[in-house]
Formats: sequence, structure tokens, C-alpha cells
Amino acid sequence: MSSVFSATFAWLADPLHWSGSMGIPTRLAEHLQYTGLVMLIATAIAVPVGLFVGHTGRGRVAVVALAGALRALPTLGLLILFVLLAGIGLMPPVWALVILTVPPLLAGTYAGISSVDRNVVDAARAVGMTELQVLFRAELPNALTVMFGGFRTGVLQVIATVSVVAYINLGGLGRYLFDGLVLSDFPQMLGGSLLIAALAIAVDLVLSLFQRLFLAPGASKLSDRSQEAAVDLTDPVVAETVVQGGKS
Amino acid sequence: MIEFQSVTKQYPGGQPAVDGLSMSIAKGSVTVFVGPSGCGKTTSLRMINRMVEPTSGTITVDGRDVTSVPAAELRRSMGYVMQSAGLLPHRSVLDNIATVPRLNGVSKRDARKRAEELLDVVGLAHSLGGRYPSQLSGGQQQRVGVARALAADPPVLLMDEPFSAVDPVVRDELQQELLRLQKDLAKTIVFVTHDIDEATILGDKVAVFATGGKLAQYAAPEEILRAPANNFVASFVGRDRGFRHLGFTSSDGVAIHPVPTIIRSSGRYESDSSAAGGWQLVVDADKRPLGWSAPGTETQLIPGGSLFRPGESLRRALDAALSSPSGLGVALDAEGRVLGVVRGGEVLALIEEARQVRQAAL
Repeated sequence: MSSVFSATFAWLADPLHWSGSMGIPTRLAEHLQYTGLVMLIATAIAVPVGLFVGHTGRGRVAVVALAGALRALPTLGLLILFVLLAGIGLMPPVWALVILTVPPLLAGTYAGISSVDRNVVDAARAVGMTELQVLFRAELPNALTVMFGGFRTGVLQVIATVSVVAYINLGGLGRYLFDGLVLSDFPQMLGGSLLIAALAIAVDLVLSLFQRLFLAPGASKLSDRSQEAAVDLTDPVVAETVVQGGKS
Repeated sequence: MIEFQSVTKQYPGGQPAVDGLSMSIAKGSVTVFVGPSGCGKTTSLRMINRMVEPTSGTITVDGRDVTSVPAAELRRSMGYVMQSAGLLPHRSVLDNIATVPRLNGVSKRDARKRAEELLDVVGLAHSLGGRYPSQLSGGQQQRVGVARALAADPPVLLMDEPFSAVDPVVRDELQQELLRLQKDLAKTIVFVTHDIDEATILGDKVAVFATGGKLAQYAAPEEILRAPANNFVASFVGRDRGFRHLGFTSSDGVAIHPVPTIIRSSGRYESDSSAAGGWQLVVDADKRPLGWSAPGTETQLIPGGSLFRPGESLRRALDAALSSPSGLGVALDAEGRVLGVVRGGEVLALIEEARQVRQAAL
């Protein structure tokens, strides 16, 4: 076994693998591009729907059921179905991944809005805010921490699963997995896996830094209630709601 | 003026929360809705600004049906204070106070300036303006809540158990402060509480609600304590109502007797009287009371009871005497200097006298 590890290390350390159109930097950039594109589309769909459901409470049952159902879909199967239906290209696999990413974002947004202290929402309405003002001036600012938790879960999941697009001739770090598989080149496969894992950890660190700097500038800025909500992501009940439908 | 005309609120599959409520609330007065939980007092309050829509009946404010105005606009014309202050956690105290003026389209600068003024009105230091709600005590949060309600200078204030979550000392302070504010502002205030004491302290008129959403009695607090309309009101008003009612009886005529004092200044005790052998009141150099000294133990200070000022009610006078270790209630002048003492027995005699006068008048 140790030979696989030393070979993996040698593969990773080989300068040839760090340049050119098939080099690690290029693959890394492709990987991030796919992830960004998927997140952009999924966020554009999930956040408005989640805000609506969280604010009105309407469609809550449908959202939970849908999230559960989508969770059961096999990633690779969905990907191949989309390619068969829409052909080779960038967008069919992206849409497949969007479908898998919407549930955790939707659940996170919904959980964030419903975690806002009902007294705050009631007071906002009672002093004369319209429904839209209640949503954007009272609920959304206090839901951001929990919502961002759902976003981070989504990003990690996409970074891991976007590897499958390499199966249908696209790039990304997944190439090393599929090429390695075909060639029985285990060091390359293991190297690719390590790179994906390292990327996921690095991106999550950047996102947590962003969260600390911009979403909660000093815990003092938040009420006790929203601090609870922020901490609650580690709470199994909330965490389950947030990642409901998420594949890991 | 706020007018309820046979207003009923019925939630699906239950008893009515409010049942055929008709009453009118005078302009510029404090009206308190009081009653046990589930009596519909909060529902009635929330129907005034359409946070709850009645099932039937109409509510008018100054003759205008509340349903003829868009709900959000109607709410901005009435201040609202609730039990948990309900401040926006992500906004500073100043921005919280400025909420309604901002909604009304006032510029950020003017709204903040107005908010600064309101800090003074509700007795908060300007240094608190930049803080966030979670950094304030419960009492301070309630003050911010009141300031927010006053910011757009609405003629009507709706207050839903605003002081019930703060401790008794702070509650007492906030109540006095509200009365002081009301003297200057003369708003039409509708105030909900489950505490009959609070109701009688604050209300110009008190509406007692019974379980099932029925109005049991609507009268001046003095009358509710003296002549409860029925058994429900009598039992709700409670066992101490005789004592509470003294709060509405003038203490004019209570005799104030001189008291032997010991002046304590810079640690030295100096008796000014020859009447040694009895209780002596310990005062400082400015004649402010410090406590009592029991016979024979001149240098040992025993904490005094509540204090009484001439012009206050008989309840205060009697309580001063009852709570004092010497049995003598300390009376103070407006500057807080000792005037003398009142005797419990004499207060009781005066109460009896007042009762006979009332009886003779009937």
C-alpha cells in the first residue's frame, strides 16, 4: 500500500502535472467554474422560492417532500439522462447538478427565515411594514447566517459531485478520477481525490472567513436569538433541515 | 376616539376570542384592558391596528373605519409597544427608533435626529444610540420600544403588556415614567395587562375582560375597586382591593407629628432631642432620613419603611406606617427632608371618617 501513497506523492509533485491544458491549475480552474455556474443557477432558483415559503409558510410541505424526493436521485444516472435528452455540452450536466443542489439551498433559506424570532417579525409588521418590507428589512437580514450555512453545504456538495461531469468528456478535477480509472492508474485517482478534498476544505475556509467578516461583524451585532440560530447549525434538528435533500 | 361596535372575533372551531365588544375609548386618555389569559384583551388591542381582523363588527378611529385604510399605513399612524420589545436585532438603537419615520419616507439624517431627541424623552443616555438591542437590559429595551412607538408622533399608542417581562423595580419605574410622559404628550393610549395593580395605577379607565371575550366592567379604576360589577370582577380584582382602593383616597387631614431625631454627620451621632428612651429617626445633615434607631441602641441603624409625601394617597400613608419598624410612617417634603411622622391608628380613623362621610352622602 505504501507504494501507492509514495507514487501518489510523486504524481502530485511531478512538475509536468502542474502546467499545460491538462495540468492541475487548469483542471482546478475548470472545477471552480463548473461549481460557480451550478451555484449561481441553483441560488437564483432556490433563494426566491425559499424566501417565499419561509415568509408565507405556504408550500412548506411540498418543499420538504420535494427535497426528500430529489435526494433519492442518483447523480450519475441523472447526468446521463440529461446528456441523452439534451446531448453533449456544458449545460446538460450543469442542469443535472442544479437539480441536486437546489434542495439544500432551498431548505437552508427556508430554515433561515423561519429561525427569525417571531416577535421581531410581529413587531416589524405591527409598526407598519408592508409584507415585502417585513421580508427584506426584518427577516432576511436576520436569516443570513443560517442561509449562508445552507449555501456552504451546497458548495461543498457541488465541489464533490461536479467531478462526475468528466465522465461525459468535460474537464475539472474529475478527469483524474475517470482517466485514472480507465488506465488503472491508482496514484492519479488518489491524487485527484486528494485535490478535490483539499479544494473543498480551502473553499469552505474562505467562505467561513467571508461569513465572519461580513455576516456577523462581532457577535454583539446579533441578538441572543440570532446567535442561537447561528450556533444551531450544529444542532441535529436544524442541521437536518438545512441539509435536507443534500447528498454528501 | 376609538370605538368598538359589537366586535366579535371567532377563530375556526373555537369559542369566540372576543364576543360582541362595544366600547368607546376617549381621546387623550389611558385605557387599560385587563383580565386573565384567554379573555381576548390582546386580540381586542390587535384589532385596532388590524393585526387581527374582526369576524364581525366595526372599529372606528376618529370616526373612520379602520378597514378603509391600507393595513400598513394604518399601523404607521399608531405606535405599538409589545412585551418582548421586538426590536430589530441587526439595527442599532437609533435606527430601531427611526424605523417608522424611515418607512414614512423621512430622510435617514432627519430620522436619526428625531431618534436622538427621543432618547431624551424616554430617559436613555445618548451613548446607547449606537448599541445593538442585545447589548441592552430588558428595561432599556422597553424604553427603546416606547421611543420607536413615539418616533412618528402618532396620536394613538397601543401597548401590549409592555412591562410584564421586566423586574418589579424597573416596572414601577417605567410605569411612573409613562405617566410622566403622558402628562406632556396626551396620547390616546390603549394598554393591555394582566396585572390589576398596573391597571389601576395607569388607567384613566379600566376595562375588565372575562374569560370568553366578554367585557365584564368598564369604569374608572376607583369605581372598579370600590364597586365591582359582579363576582367575576370582584374575584379578579382580588383580596387586597380594599387596601388598593385607598390609593384613590386623599390623605388630606392626616396629622404629621414631630419626631425625635438623631443627626448623623461625618460618622458622628448627635441627638437633637431630650426624648431619649423611644424610637429615634436617624437623619443626615440635610434632614434626609437614613433609618431608625431602636430604644437603647442609638448607634445601630435599622432600615426604614416606605416613605410618604403629603398629597399622596392614604394607601401610601398607611403603608409608610405599617412598613416602618417603629410603627411611625416617615413623611417627607418635596425636597426629601423629614417633615415628621404619621401614625397608623390615625390613618385608619381617617379612613373610617371618610367612609361615614360617603355613607351620609348616599
